[in-house]
Amino acid sequence: MATVYINDKAVDIGDKNLNLVQVAELAGVTIPHYCYHPELSVVASCRMCLVEVGEKKPDGTVVMQPRVIPACQTPAKDNLVVQTATEKSKSAQAQTLEAILLNHPLDCPVCDKAGECKLQDYSYKYGNSESRMVDDKNTPPNKPDLGHNISLFTDRCIMCSRCVRFTREISGTAELHIVNRGSHSEIDIFPTEPLNNKLASNVVDLCPVGALASKDFLYTHRVWNLKTQDSVCAGCSTGCSIHLDTNKNVVYRLRPRENPKAQGYFMCDDGRLGYHYANSGDRISKPQMKTEIVAHQNSWKDIIPALRTDLKAIGTKKPNGIAVMLSPFLTVEEAYLLASFIKSVSADAVLVLGPIPVIGEDDHYPKTRGTTPLKPKFTIRNEKCPNRKGVEEVIRYFEKKVVSVVDYLNQTIPDVMFVAAGYPDKDGSWMDSNLLSLFKKIKLLIAQDLFPSELTLASKYVIPSATFSEKEGSFVNFSGLAQELHWGCVPLHQVRTEGQVYLDLLERKGLLQASTIREEIAKAIPYFFKFSGGKLGENGIELENLS
Amino acid sequence: MAKYEPVLLKRISKENSDTIESYLADGGYLGLMRILKDCSPSQVIDLVKSSGLRGRGGAGFPTGLKWTFLPKNHPGPIYLCINADESEPCTFNNRVLMEKDPHQVLEGIILSAYAVGASKVFIYVRYEYGDAYRATERAVNQAYEKGFLGKNIQGSPYSLEAVMHKGAAAYICGEETGLIESLEGKRAWPRIKPPFPAIEGAFRKPTIVNNIETVACIKNIIDLGGDWFKSLGIPPDPANPRDAGSYGPKLYCISGHVNKPGLVELPMGISARELIDEYGGGVWKNRKAKGIIPGGNSMGFMTYDELDTKLDFNGPGKVGCLGLGTGAVTVFDDQTSIVDVLYNICRFFAHESCGQCTPCREGTSWMYKIIERIRKGHGSIEDLNILEEVGNRIGTMPGTTICGLADGAGWPVKNAIRKYRSEFESYIKNGTKKFRHLHLQMAHH
Repeated sequence: MATVYINDKAVDIGDKNLNLVQVAELAGVTIPHYCYHPELSVVASCRMCLVEVGEKKPDGTVVMQPRVIPACQTPAKDNLVVQTATEKSKSAQAQTLEAILLNHPLDCPVCDKAGECKLQDYSYKYGNSESRMVDDKNTPPNKPDLGHNISLFTDRCIMCSRCVRFTREISGTAELHIVNRGSHSEIDIFPTEPLNNKLASNVVDLCPVGALASKDFLYTHRVWNLKTQDSVCAGCSTGCSIHLDTNKNVVYRLRPRENPKAQGYFMCDDGRLGYHYANSGDRISKPQMKTEIVAHQNSWKDIIPALRTDLKAIGTKKPNGIAVMLSPFLTVEEAYLLASFIKSVSADAVLVLGPIPVIGEDDHYPKTRGTTPLKPKFTIRNEKCPNRKGVEEVIRYFEKKVVSVVDYLNQTIPDVMFVAAGYPDKDGSWMDSNLLSLFKKIKLLIAQDLFPSELTLASKYVIPSATFSEKEGSFVNFSGLAQELHWGCVPLHQVRTEGQVYLDLLERKGLLQASTIREEIAKAIPYFFKFSGGKLGENGIELENLS
Repeated sequence: MAKYEPVLLKRISKENSDTIESYLADGGYLGLMRILKDCSPSQVIDLVKSSGLRGRGGAGFPTGLKWTFLPKNHPGPIYLCINADESEPCTFNNRVLMEKDPHQVLEGIILSAYAVGASKVFIYVRYEYGDAYRATERAVNQAYEKGFLGKNIQGSPYSLEAVMHKGAAAYICGEETGLIESLEGKRAWPRIKPPFPAIEGAFRKPTIVNNIETVACIKNIIDLGGDWFKSLGIPPDPANPRDAGSYGPKLYCISGHVNKPGLVELPMGISARELIDEYGGGVWKNRKAKGIIPGGNSMGFMTYDELDTKLDFNGPGKVGCLGLGTGAVTVFDDQTSIVDVLYNICRFFAHESCGQCTPCREGTSWMYKIIERIRKGHGSIEDLNILEEVGNRIGTMPGTTICGLADGAGWPVKNAIRKYRSEFESYIKNGTKKFRHLHLQMAHH
């Protein structure tokens, strides 16, 4: 049991190995820092976290060391005394800020990082209000093509070396290095190897200032106008926790959200940059029903009851003539609601699982340049959908087994099929020609998808899907971790979220509240018993016992 | 006082002094063979400890004590690194030793390696010392041929491999962990300490780093005894319990505005005035010295009135210098502008800062820009205050940097402004009218 005193407050750190930045965080005290990051090696080079450290002797007196010490390189020991706000500590921190700002350009008005910049924040809290620098600042040339998505504003760099250490220790691809010496040091790439690995854009998050920029987001939006929601990436079964940044119902960017239960601190570029489909003008924007008269019906007011009637008619006539395809892009709540609705229409209706997109192999990082395999710190999974596990468990509860839509259709062609797709692929490329021809054999098709395709052309009812950025619900990732999504955008035009559509079909009044649905699921399906209470917390809940 | 007979520099004027034949003929390697036969490594450590030898690289740390920091019963390998980077400006004693008497150095190296239990020694020579590198390399090859290096030296159970390594023109490679990083093929960014090199050094193995002049002293301590070593120099000040004394001979490099610049070996503790007048031929052109840099740029300045200070480990500190440093005395005369001198020094440190930590990277650059502006005639009195403040706040002593380059960069700045403030102020007020600018020659940029 070790006790450390942070600014005269005692903190019990147990037997954990922590440095003083982490211990201070436990005490609610922020020690400003740039180069330290919990996932990267400690270099103690930025000198921002300088604090006074001392020891509490057995007789109660405190002996402080005469010089300031970086908190990030100091391991916490019993009876250590840390003072972060004394004259000496504060002046050391202010000196470091003054030094960093000597050559830093006054770019705030044109810099993307403004509003979420640690240099701005720390200058405000720990720095001086005026500069004494009257000489010319160093002006190294910028490097707009450091990588596919990475632009480097060399003059803004404060040489914390986080990006270099990331490419060495996390991605293992080591594209970045430092050239030159002293105040002319710069971050750079090697001549034929730009920064293009699949985790590259994480360096933009790591960069404490606006030196490294994501070209996808550069100059598109000011961050203080963005609305941020906690959500989950829908790119693969890793299920990285993300921040969803939107404004006026347009998604501007995704950022990884720290989650020790999920992926840690980072996310891959495919997921990070894979949101543009949500803003696409090609999306199906209104519901559609083909009728005998030339004009198609487009209002929910008419389509929902007509759909319900059509299904009930077939359900009474031929109970096992109804099938529903649930895609792994649906949330758990949506899958459950649709399944409940269909089973209420006909208890013999069949639920099947939509195609699981698999690309290549699981991609493990860090990569090694030698022969020794390294322990993976980050994995991009080859299963490119977010909720196969969740949807499978819903199907398994109702059907006792999980059958894929292809296997089912190869055996039986139902009279009507509700295809709840919601795949982000355009032109229906989530279906291969075999599946498409199987679908076309079905007399009555209800297609619920994001983009028009041959399937929607062949369907009597076309219901628009919503994207993960518009939904409230939960995804279950590859390891059984269930995480909440929160919507950042109101669905565009006349789109309603799947959950809302199914509530309407069930004739339940009101707007979809995911927590209410979760309570119901918790009572019904044993796999989801931890859903009781309705809330999953910001880090999610592990549904499976991890050995 | 009886004239001192050089020991370290005894052989440098001889013809072919760098060959092993000449060295053996003068009784070389006898000390090594005796030690290998009769003494254990710990006995050698004790001998060096009791001799009071302190490192000659600039820090003056007691050598024997440093050797005891190695972990006991380590399975090995243990490495010895010889710091022949000698980049402190105005210092050239290592160069002369390597070029003219490399076997003396080499015998000292092998003795030191034996004492610490090293299986491999890395001799890190700065890139610019081409002749010294080649002379040392030849000496190493000759030693291998004659069985003083390699497996089972002279039939003893002790084996030692020697590896020559070139630097690439960086002052920071003289810092022990910067040297180790460079040796490993990485950027010479000094490491954060702890862990210290004796625990985790080159290639993560325990490593001792020693200077060329230090190991040359060790060879002579073995030959002539610790008592001989202690008979020279100045014993510790009884009033100061932390004083480890300043024993043994020291190679003083005299350069600058003197009539006879060069290398001279004297017992520790000669005064600067005596060194310049008796051994340096006095200040040139019948001028007076405005001041000296007593031990390489990092140490600061001693004014004309302070020249009676003894050049031992304690003396310069008493007049506000950082320490003895390398004992390289550079004299500048009273016709030299102190602004030029400080400009040159600031330019050096801004160029050599490795850039790893913020205070040094930005601080050295800022100090250089300020002194450059002052020199051009656009300075203000406030600039002097800023220079002094920055000089005071960067370094391992306030705790703000990782290595000591920043201490060395800041010391001459704050020293110069304190000791020559009136000259700076009048320069600022009068602009460039008073002194003619000295054109700076640059070896490379």
